[in-house]
Amino acid sequence: MSSIVLRGVRPLNADPVDLVIESGVIKDLVKVGAGQGEVIDCTDLIALPGLVDLHTHLREPGREDAETVASGSAAAALGGFTCVFAMPNTSPVADTAGVVEQILRLGVQAGLVDVQPIGAVTVDQKGETLAELGAMADSAAAVRIFSDDGHCVSDPLLMRRALEYVKAFDGIIAQHAQDPKLTVGSQMHEGDVSARLGLRGWPAVAEESIIARDCLLAEHVDSRYHALHITTAGSVEIIRSAKAKGLKVTAEVTPHHLLLTDELATTYDPVFKVNPPLRTQADVDALRLGLADGTIDLVGTDHAPHTAEHKQCEWDSAAFGMLGLETALSVVVLTMVNTGLMTWAQLADRMSFAPARIGNAKNHGRPIAAGEPANLTIVDPKVIWQITPDQIASKSKNTPFLEIDLPCKVIHTLLRGEFTVKNSKVNK
Amino acid sequence: MKHLLSTHDLSKENALNILDTARMLSDVSDRTIRKLPTLRGRTVVNLFYEDSTRTRISFEAAAKRLSADVINFSAKGSSVSKGESLKDTALTLKAMGADAIVMRHHASGAAHILANSGWIDATVVNAGDGLHEHPTQALLDAYTIRHHLRANEGDLSGVRVAIVGDILHSRVARSNIWLLNTLGAHVTVVAPPTLLPVAVNSLPVEVSYDLDSVLGKVDAVMMLRIQHERMHDAYFPSIREYASRYGLDKGRVQLLPQGSIVMHPGPMNRGIEISAEVADGENSVIVEQVSNGVNVRMAVLYLLLGGAIEGEEKQ
Ligand SMILES: [Zn+2]
Repeated sequence: MSSIVLRGVRPLNADPVDLVIESGVIKDLVKVGAGQGEVIDCTDLIALPGLVDLHTHLREPGREDAETVASGSAAAALGGFTCVFAMPNTSPVADTAGVVEQILRLGVQAGLVDVQPIGAVTVDQKGETLAELGAMADSAAAVRIFSDDGHCVSDPLLMRRALEYVKAFDGIIAQHAQDPKLTVGSQMHEGDVSARLGLRGWPAVAEESIIARDCLLAEHVDSRYHALHITTAGSVEIIRSAKAKGLKVTAEVTPHHLLLTDELATTYDPVFKVNPPLRTQADVDALRLGLADGTIDLVGTDHAPHTAEHKQCEWDSAAFGMLGLETALSVVVLTMVNTGLMTWAQLADRMSFAPARIGNAKNHGRPIAAGEPANLTIVDPKVIWQITPDQIASKSKNTPFLEIDLPCKVIHTLLRGEFTVKNSKVNK
Repeated sequence: MKHLLSTHDLSKENALNILDTARMLSDVSDRTIRKLPTLRGRTVVNLFYEDSTRTRISFEAAAKRLSADVINFSAKGSSVSKGESLKDTALTLKAMGADAIVMRHHASGAAHILANSGWIDATVVNAGDGLHEHPTQALLDAYTIRHHLRANEGDLSGVRVAIVGDILHSRVARSNIWLLNTLGAHVTVVAPPTLLPVAVNSLPVEVSYDLDSVLGKVDAVMMLRIQHERMHDAYFPSIREYASRYGLDKGRVQLLPQGSIVMHPGPMNRGIEISAEVADGENSVIVEQVSNGVNVRMAVLYLLLGGAIEGEEKQ
C-alpha cells in the first residue's frame, strides 16, 4: 500500500511532524524524517482539517452561466474546502428529493469536494406551504439542513411548524433573517451612509427582530435553529442571550461581514451590494468578538456568484451577493488570527469542526489524528497574495476583495487522502 | 473638474465660480441675440431615464444658447426600455461623439457609475439620480437665494434656510443640504419624523417637526413636493393631515420675517404643500427659479466643456 508523507507539517500550528496518509486515512503522526512513503515537503506549512462551508450557492441547476457544481467545487477546493453545503435557491428550487439527489450526483461527478444539498423549507421558497422535508431527509442526499435562504421564512406559524417538524429526523432550520416588510426595496444598511447616498435602507432591526422571534419559537418547541449570516451587534447580543438560556441556537458570520463596511457603497460599485448588507465598523467589531468567544459558531461564505451583466450596472438593478470560497480562509486569518483574536485551533473549529457538527457532515470536521479520514487543508501562513479576476476558478468574478493584501494561501487540499489541490492548482 | 455629479463633492470655490458665471451669462439671456458661440461643434446628449420635461427643456435651452448640438435621448420607449444596459447605451453615445451627457436616472448613483466606469470619456452632468442628488437644482436654488438676499455677491454666510417636506426621498433636499452648508448657510429641515432619514443627525442640519416654530426664523423656505403614494406606505395618515401640519398657506406665510422668500423646485401640488395664494404671492420666487435654472445650467456646461475651473485644462 503506497503512503503519502506530509513532511514537517504543523497540525493546527503545533510542532512539526510527518503526517502519514494511507488508504484515505491518517495513518500516523510521527517525528519529522521518520515517515515512509512519497514525501511532500510541507516545512513551515500548517495543516488544518478540511474546511466545511455551510453556506454556498452553486447555481446549478438553472444558472449555469454564473456557476456550476463543477466550477464551484473547484473554487471550493482551491479555498481549502473539502465539503460544501449547497443552498437550494436554484431553478428549479431544491425542494424535492429529486432535485437534492440531482445536486448530490453533480457533486460526486465533479469529485473535488463533498457537496451536501440543503433543502428548501417551503415549496419553491415561496413561504406558503412546507416542502416535503421528510422525503428530502430520507433521500440519498440525506438532507438535514433546511433553508429558504435568499428569502426569510417570515410567517411565524410556518416557522414554528418547520422547527417542530424537522425534529423527527434531527433536522435544523437555517434562517435568512430579514423582515420583508421592513426591507421593501432595501439596497444597503440604513444609517449615515444610506442617508447620504440616497439608497434605501435595510435596517438592523429587520434582522434582529426575526432572530429574536425565532429564538423564542425555538425555545417554545425545543428545536434546533441556525441563524445564517448575522451582521449586526444587536444580533450577536440576541444569540448570546439565547445561548445563555441554553437554547439549541447556532449562528454564522460571513468573511465579508468580518472585514467590509457600508462605507464601500459610496463607490456605487455593485460588487459591494450584498444581502444582508455590509454594516458599520461597530458591527464588524462586535461580529469579530462574537466569533472569537464562540457566540457565533462558524464562518459560512455565502458564496454568491453573479454574471457581469448583473453587476456592471446601476446599484438598484444589480444582484445581491459576492464570491467567497477562494478568499474565505485568508479573510478569516486577516481579521481573526493576525489580529490575535483567535488561534489556529479556534479557526479550525469555526471553519471545520463546528460547521461539520451542525450540518452533520460525516467524516468532515474531524481532529488531525491517527485513524481519522484524511480530509486536510495545508496552508502557507507566510504568503501574502491578491486575488485577480483571471485566477478566479468560479465562473463569476464578483469578488469584493480585489486589491486587498490577503495573508495565507492554500497550498494543498486533500479529500480522503487524494489531492484535490496540489501546489495551489486544482488536481484533476 | 470634469463632471458635476453631486454637491456633496463640490468645493466652495467651484460652487461660487458656477454662480458667478451664471450671473455673467444671465446678461446673454437678456440680449436680443440670445446665443453665445462657446460650444459650437460640441454635442450635448440629454439622456433621460425618467420623464422630466422641465429639467430636460432647461438643459436643452442652456446648451442651445451656448450653440451646442443637442440630442435628446429619452430612455422610455427606446432600446433602453427593452432591457439595454446603461453600459451599452453609454457605448452608443460614445460612438456618437457625445462631449457631455446630461443624465436623469431613477437609480441613485447612476451618474457616478457612468462617469467612473471607464465606458465613456464624456463629461457627465447629473440631472437627478434616484433619491441621491440633483446638483443643478441646488445650484439654481443657491443662485436664487444669493440674488435676493446677497445681491449676487459672495457666499451665503448667515442666511437661514428651511427645507420642508419629504427629506427622506428627496434628491433636491440632499443636494441643497450639502451646497447650502458649503456656502455657509444654516439649514433646518422640517418634516414628520417618518420622512427624515433615521440618521438625520449625521447631516449638517437642524431638525424640526414643527413648521410654525421655524418659519419666524428663516430667510428662505423651500417647500418640497409631496407624493401621494407616501400615504400608502404609512409615512403619514392622510394628505389632509399632511397639508394642515406641513403645508405653507396664507396664514403661515405671515410668520416669515420681512423680505423672506418662498421657493419650490416644482412641479407643485397646489393646495397641498403650498397653497395657490402663497405660490403666486409676493414672497414667491418660484418662477424666477425656473429662469435661473437655464443660466445655472449654461454656466455648468460652459465651465465643464468650454471654460476652466481651478485652472484646469480645456478638453
Ligand atoms: Zn441569505
